[in-house]
Amino acid sequence: MLKYLVKRFIYMIFTVWVITLISFAVIQLPPGDYVTNLVQQMLAISGRELTPGYESQLRELYGLNEPTHIQYVKWIKNIVTKGNFGYSFLYRREATELIAERLPMTMTLSLASFVLVWVIALPIGIYSAVNQYSVGDYIATFLGFIGLAVPSFLLALIFLFFSQRYLGRAMIGLFSPEFADAPWSWAKIADMLKHIWIPVLLIALGGTAGLIRTMRANLLDELNKPYVETARAKGLSETRLLLKYPVRHALNPFISTIGWMLPSLVAGEVIVAIVLNLPTSGPVLYQALQNQDQYVAAGFILLLSVLTVIGTFVSDVLLAVLDPRLRLQ
Amino acid sequence: MTQIALSPETPTNAPQLSEEHDNIEHTKVEVASQWQLMWWKFKRHRMAVIGGIVVLIYYIVALFANFFAPVHFSTYNDQYVYAPPQQIRLFRDGKFNPYVYGYRFERDPVSFKKIWALDEETIIPVSFFTRGEPYKLWGLIPGNLHLFGPKEEDAPFYLLGADKTGRDVLSRIIFSSQVSLTVGLVGVAISLILGILIGGISGLVGGVLDNAIQRLIEILISIPTLPLWLALAAVVPLDWTPLQVYFMITVILSLIGWTGLGRVVRSKFLALREEDFILAATLDGVPQGRMIMRHMLPSFLSHIIAQVTLSIPYMILGETALSFLGLGLRPPVVSWGVMLQETQKVAVLASYPWLLYPAVAVIIVVLALNFLGDGLRDAADPY
Repeated sequence: MLKYLVKRFIYMIFTVWVITLISFAVIQLPPGDYVTNLVQQMLAISGRELTPGYESQLRELYGLNEPTHIQYVKWIKNIVTKGNFGYSFLYRREATELIAERLPMTMTLSLASFVLVWVIALPIGIYSAVNQYSVGDYIATFLGFIGLAVPSFLLALIFLFFSQRYLGRAMIGLFSPEFADAPWSWAKIADMLKHIWIPVLLIALGGTAGLIRTMRANLLDELNKPYVETARAKGLSETRLLLKYPVRHALNPFISTIGWMLPSLVAGEVIVAIVLNLPTSGPVLYQALQNQDQYVAAGFILLLSVLTVIGTFVSDVLLAVLDPRLRLQ
Repeated sequence: MTQIALSPETPTNAPQLSEEHDNIEHTKVEVASQWQLMWWKFKRHRMAVIGGIVVLIYYIVALFANFFAPVHFSTYNDQYVYAPPQQIRLFRDGKFNPYVYGYRFERDPVSFKKIWALDEETIIPVSFFTRGEPYKLWGLIPGNLHLFGPKEEDAPFYLLGADKTGRDVLSRIIFSSQVSLTVGLVGVAISLILGILIGGISGLVGGVLDNAIQRLIEILISIPTLPLWLALAAVVPLDWTPLQVYFMITVILSLIGWTGLGRVVRSKFLALREEDFILAATLDGVPQGRMIMRHMLPSFLSHIIAQVTLSIPYMILGETALSFLGLGLRPPVVSWGVMLQETQKVAVLASYPWLLYPAVAVIIVVLALNFLGDGLRDAADPY
């Protein structure tokens, strides 16, 4: 058990390291940097060329004059030792603050969607398997496929249209206007709860389809096994029999889906947040990428990825706890 | 008497007949080729067959977009900015004689916006196989035949409404399929090459290399796709030609999309390595290249085809999402995502909801491809 966990942990650390490389490399790809962008913007506004001296001064100020690998090492060092993600050129403040403001909301949304996916998919999956080829099964399968085919941002768009048409206002944002800039309070949390279910539902719908099918397939495999027959012969009630043995068994692959579901939920969150203008990481990341605000962009990509990797690790541990066969391997 | 004599006969005859029938069926199954068996199995999956037909129609429409669309996607008419959809009416005076109503408008006294209404006095006759706007099919063959359109070429004809410069939304949706559907194909082709190469090496060579490739795939899967796509798409310079952007986007989509295919190929190679017929071929001294192409590939080709069909919709959705955010393809190229870009503003969406129609096109084709892929996957293993 311990050996397995240590092995997974080392893999996780290695993965995180590769992800830091990827996220830094990706934001270095565009030609030019933030200063080039700034110079162009100033040129567009004032119509005057900046002196080359000023430009290089700016680069020095932002630390952009150094070679890329030095920039990377500095960036990593600051994150690991000081928890400092660098500076946001666009917002002119610490990137760490910006990330700290937005990321918890993204995590809340993703986790809430994750829980909702399970709450929807589990019972429906069980129902579909037990009542295979019934009308309910067909409806569940069909709705599941639609959930799979309609990406969350299209759902968000369609939702926006209907809310505008029938409620007279577009349901965007997470807070009512009077709470948007207010400090946290119970009233604000209550206000958020009134709004948050919409994006959570929109993000979750896409993920449920796959899970319903996994659950259905897993349970169908289990239901025909002899131990189910034995339990039934011994007079166990049908519900108890179902929940105690085959469902538990079918849940194992379910837990391992955390790993592949989290990235897609986070990706869904990012785009839904852009459409619905939520105060999460999506819109900030989008802006940062468009403006080459490199430390903010890299920070978000890094943290979003690392969180999903940690999620995968947790699912590996859970799986090892639940399934003794894995530990013995 | 005859009646009594008949009755014992029928039960004895019937099983004989059906047994004979069974035998024929049985021998048919035994001599059928692998592909024949797959085809039979696929045909029984009704949703998959319907999905296949829908996909086929989509690609045919894309191929002959000039013919199916009433006008070219760039044809505009500033008199009909944001004209609402016209409803087609099939019968006039009890005879089949399709037509649509014309438009009239009033100015909103406050905002000077046009307020459109259908003018029931102007009747615009519509017909099939009508001569209309001239075009060049695939840039080569000149023609002016359209599947349907107004009898007079200049009459307003907007079945799904018009956009901000008075272009026909329906025609634009039809032309968009050319880009949106091929992004899926090209993207899948690239990921297929990557997947077969890398997955094949991983499965055949094994050892350290296999381990390294598996870790790489795990890492790629654990990164949320959208932030990565956004970051990569933000790299595409603004002064690139539409064609360059198009290829860049497909490459970006497939850079992450190959992992699924890579895994399937690897697991197939691993399983096949242990098979007796491979051992036999090895002992016969078959060279490795021939072994892969002649013996291994045919036995998992069907799985690959199913997997490929299931990856196309993700490519289509990826392109749509990127273009919708303004980081993918850009006008004047027209794709479903580019068209949806206009609906990003809530005000536009609320006033001109027909601009959402491209979403319907996306949803239908993605659904169809999913059903088709699902049926192919079931059929891929007919034994």
